Amino acid sequence: MDLQILLLLGQDGVTNGAIYALLALALVLVFAVTRVIFIAQGEFVAYGALTLASLQAGLVPGTVWLLLALGTTVALLDGAQLVRDGRYRKLPPLLIFNVGLPLLLAAGLFAVPPANLPLWAQVGVSMLLVVPLGPLIYRVAFQPLASASVLVLLIVSVAVHLALIGLGLLFFGAEGSRTPAFTDISFELAGTLLQGQTILVVVASALLIIGLYFFFERTIYGKALRATAMNRTGARLMGIPPALAGKLCFTLAAAIGAFSGILIAPITTIYYDSGFLIGLKGFVGAIIGGLASYPVAALGAVLVGLLESYSSFYASAFKEVIVFTLIIPVLLWRSLTSRHVEEEDE
Amino acid sequence: MMRRLPLAVFVGLLAVAPLFLPEFSVTLLNYIGLYAIVAVGLVLLTGVGGLTSFGQAAFVGLGAYTTAWLTTTHGFSPWATLFIGLAITATVALFLGFITLRMGGHYLPLGTIAWGISLYFLFGNVEFLGGHSGITGIPAVSLFGAELKSGREFFYLIWIVVLLAMLAVRNLLDSRSGRAIRALKGGVVMAEAMGVDTARAKIVIFLLAALLASISGWLYAHLQRFVNPTPFALTQGIEYLFMAVVGGIGHVWGAVLGAGLITILKQWLQDWLPQILGQSGNFEIIVFGIAMVLVLQKARDGLWPVILKLLPARSLQREVPVGETLPKRPATVAGTVLLEAVDVTKRFGGLVANNKLSLTVQAGEVMALIGPNGAGKSTMFNCLSAVNPASEGKIAFLGQSTAGFAARDVARRGMSRTFQHVRLLGQMSVLENVAIGAHLRGCRGVLASALRLDRAEEARLLAEAARQIERVGLKEQMFEPAGSLALGQQRIVEIARALASDPCLLLLDEPAAGLRYLEKQALAELLNKLRAEGMGILLVEHDMDFVMGLADRVVVMEFGEKIAEGKPDEVQRDPKVLEAYLGGVE
Repeated sequence: MDLQILLLLGQDGVTNGAIYALLALALVLVFAVTRVIFIAQGEFVAYGALTLASLQAGLVPGTVWLLLALGTTVALLDGAQLVRDGRYRKLPPLLIFNVGLPLLLAAGLFAVPPANLPLWAQVGVSMLLVVPLGPLIYRVAFQPLASASVLVLLIVSVAVHLALIGLGLLFFGAEGSRTPAFTDISFELAGTLLQGQTILVVVASALLIIGLYFFFERTIYGKALRATAMNRTGARLMGIPPALAGKLCFTLAAAIGAFSGILIAPITTIYYDSGFLIGLKGFVGAIIGGLASYPVAALGAVLVGLLESYSSFYASAFKEVIVFTLIIPVLLWRSLTSRHVEEEDE
Repeated sequence: MMRRLPLAVFVGLLAVAPLFLPEFSVTLLNYIGLYAIVAVGLVLLTGVGGLTSFGQAAFVGLGAYTTAWLTTTHGFSPWATLFIGLAITATVALFLGFITLRMGGHYLPLGTIAWGISLYFLFGNVEFLGGHSGITGIPAVSLFGAELKSGREFFYLIWIVVLLAMLAVRNLLDSRSGRAIRALKGGVVMAEAMGVDTARAKIVIFLLAALLASISGWLYAHLQRFVNPTPFALTQGIEYLFMAVVGGIGHVWGAVLGAGLITILKQWLQDWLPQILGQSGNFEIIVFGIAMVLVLQKARDGLWPVILKLLPARSLQREVPVGETLPKRPATVAGTVLLEAVDVTKRFGGLVANNKLSLTVQAGEVMALIGPNGAGKSTMFNCLSAVNPASEGKIAFLGQSTAGFAARDVARRGMSRTFQHVRLLGQMSVLENVAIGAHLRGCRGVLASALRLDRAEEARLLAEAARQIERVGLKEQMFEPAGSLALGQQRIVEIARALASDPCLLLLDEPAAGLRYLEKQALAELLNKLRAEGMGILLVEHDMDFVMGLADRVVVMEFGEKIAEGKPDEVQRDPKVLEAYLGGVE
């Protein structure tokens, strides 16, 4: 291996690592706030990328039907509760948000051929279609079980993953897609071609991480999420509804996922089930951070990206085996260093 | 006899099924059997033990690939490879369990997801295992000289294994080791204080579930005579868990029910969904995913409890167990020092809950620890019983320092306790709860329990538990679920459980709270009797009449510190004590 290949692989590794880092952050956030180990995080990546690809191919992405179906379900669930409580005045906003807006989106997609839109608008529409799935999924699948054990929540999250994979196959088919690059610029560095898209991914991830930092440090909603993560009951007593915190962090998780998907769609071919492995690699990063520390999780994720990239050079068939076996020494190390005091959580 | 009827009908139907069912149905039943074996393991692991694994399919794969490779390329007999496969599975499971089970409960499922994925890719990429096309030409199993070549013949082998697995798990759960396993879900602290090694119990059930999966894999390989990586992927691992959850994760029969339902439903969905949706693909996972969420939200216990209601009810009244008495530890001579605590300090972060507290308890005395709420009495109890070790200071029990001891080490040496917040397993009967206390007085393990070789010891343990229950006056409630008793009675059950361990020192945390007057008198009488037998008793209690009438010596605590010590009438006159309890005179 010469320096050129080393750099090329490093470039690949850092690009993927940046995406894994974003996902690792989302996973740590969701776990800290809701105790959900969100296996389905990666599905947002695939949905984001493939929704954009459908738009560019001039198709109406199936995601809009899922959005409509979930919105209607939520409207029915919450609407029934409102009617039972006699709070009729809250019904119109509920219907507008959960059914009206998705309908409007669907109508817009049929009225304006999406293939003709500029790229930024296509990205915007994709985000609009995918991000609301986060809070809707939280409302339908997780909120009724908010007080259940981590184990039950984990099983639910696996079930959600299963359903989303199946729906992904239904919406986007078994064919993979790759979207055109956002930028054609490239640089030369030490004899290696540095792609503009790569830089875009790294810079965008870095900006997003900085943005999240400010969100958590400076905004009232960010602080509310941090408070909920630290002490659920205490936060509730201070007037932060757990359901709001849950929806908020699932919105963030979905946004991070969809955005990551859109970022990497021009670099690698995404299939309906690609998200799962991508998400799990974010997970390995998150576990390195003990599902608690954001910076360590992000570093761990970059490490996973690099390891993956270099192992794909040496033993390409065993790439996945190597990446997922990495978790074993990590767990061993955590197990030997942590003094876990058994608490009763049920 | 009526209770056995449904089982007899089920076994009878199984026995004749291959004789008249079409080939297709027999194949389906074979698969249901194979899945049920794995799901039974998950019932033990998840339903009873509260742990879970998404990697069971990988263990199935380990069993299947071991036999596939060894029989085809090395000419091993399938019966030898069964045991080699089990040994390999056990090694992997022990290793995974060792590194994940010491941490929080969710590391095990995460570890098993990663392991499931990497093993799948390993099977698919290793040359000598045939890569993604797999291994063909696996020999048939021969039994008593006859080769089991057809699905109809193999059917019997599979279902005998299913029934044996169910029987073994049921036997196991109804035993000393079984009670320890059942305590894992929500009773870890209590079980440790009763001497159960809960870490070991967790590894044991993970190992058993993995071994069952491995056996299923061995059967699969010799039924199919062909293996490839697909059936051992993570999705299948998730489906196994789904079967157990839908069927009823707390019951072995739920595993069979779930395996049957899901397998048939999957078959049906795979036929219909592509037609409805107009494209091909495994769309049944959409239905499975949504159904799993609904089951967990609406009926977390699964479907088996629904069916259970249709079967003839089990009668609650059972016979009081009788058995020989268990050996007792030698009685301590009254007056010898059992427990000596010197300058015990306990900090929680910056909060000092106990500050340089010293006390002793002798054999044949009742020592009372009293003080206002929040004085740190229960914290002191946790330090003494090693449930939550002290930050500083020396604690010696029977002359031996307890530094570095786990709660179960202290329990083994003859200290037993009750908890201020009752820690009983509400679903289990009073008898079984009390029998957990006698855990250390038995020694029969998992294998003996599964094979029912533990019955003599089990009878002695249950008889001892029954004796203690009678002794505390709860004979009438012996077979009722512990959770159905009044709170005061539950505290008494805790005392019976502590006594079942044959302690020389008894730590009672507010035993009289919630008792009526007569019940308190009965309790005082019992404690008097125990003291006369030479037992040392350390008591935390708020009822002053109860304490002062019973205690030989009293230690008074306030704000984590000892403010007085002496005979009951001395401390009652102590100005500091009066101030702590009644407020000072300005």
